[in-house]
Amino acid sequence: MRAYFDRRYTISASHRLHTDALSADENRATYGKCNNPHGHGHNYVLEVLVAGAVDAETGMVVNMAALDDVVRRCVVDRFDHANLNLDPLFVNRVPTTENLCRVVFTLLKDALPAGKLERVRVEETENNFFECDSE
Amino acid sequence: MIYLTRRTTFSASHYYWNPAWSEQQNAQVFGRCANRNGHGHNYTLEVTLAGEPDPVTGFVVNLTWLKDVMEREVLAAWDHRHLNLEAPEFAAAMPTTENMAIAAWKRLEPAITAAGGAQLSRVRVYETPEIFAEFRGEA
Repeated sequence: MRAYFDRRYTISASHRLHTDALSADENRATYGKCNNPHGHGHNYVLEVLVAGAVDAETGMVVNMAALDDVVRRCVVDRFDHANLNLDPLFVNRVPTTENLCRVVFTLLKDALPAGKLERVRVEETENNFFECDSE
Repeated sequence: MIYLTRRTTFSASHYYWNPAWSEQQNAQVFGRCANRNGHGHNYTLEVTLAGEPDPVTGFVVNLTWLKDVMEREVLAAWDHRHLNLEAPEFAAAMPTTENMAIAAWKRLEPAITAAGGAQLSRVRVYETPEIFAEFRGEA
């Protein structure tokens, strides 16, 4: 019997949406205020959904403390209070929340037991959020 | 696949009334919502698109564009309106949250499909923070 467990984390980070593949005018037209050279920041809300059988001994889909440890080690410590553009994963990848969502999914999928990670949801502001369920 | 969701709010009034029924039957089924003077809600509209991030921009779609589509196709017709009296899709159909989710899908889908790329995946309408209905385009 498959059950789902969803856990929420927050990270505050800055970014600038800009790509060298476009001209300065095209960058401004595409990204608007998000192209501001000095960047800006968000309080991102990260939701990690894991799935699996409920363990007969613990009654858990996943040990929450173990999940917290993985998320903190792989994601929160890496991105919280950081400039996303300076992270090696975003050197050749614009730190849109679409891309952040997929990067977080991949980092967690590799660190969690196989088949556990179901979905990553990243809320950039209260008016938009992104979900990723595959690499 | 990445699922991108944009949220916006609008305010509208409505009432529930089936003209084929007696006043008593309407009151019994719809309760306070059958008050013919209408009542209103602060609705939240959530629109989810599915697609792959563009390799150059990193966007599935530009959120400003999606916001404009939502305002043009849905909010222009429903925001600060009486849904029974002013929205053509509810001249005959009941403006329930379920029907609003379906109607919002029908309003949004042509513009999103015409733009190419991302596809409409889900429309969710919250009537209050506690109640929402969603439509995924399924028959």
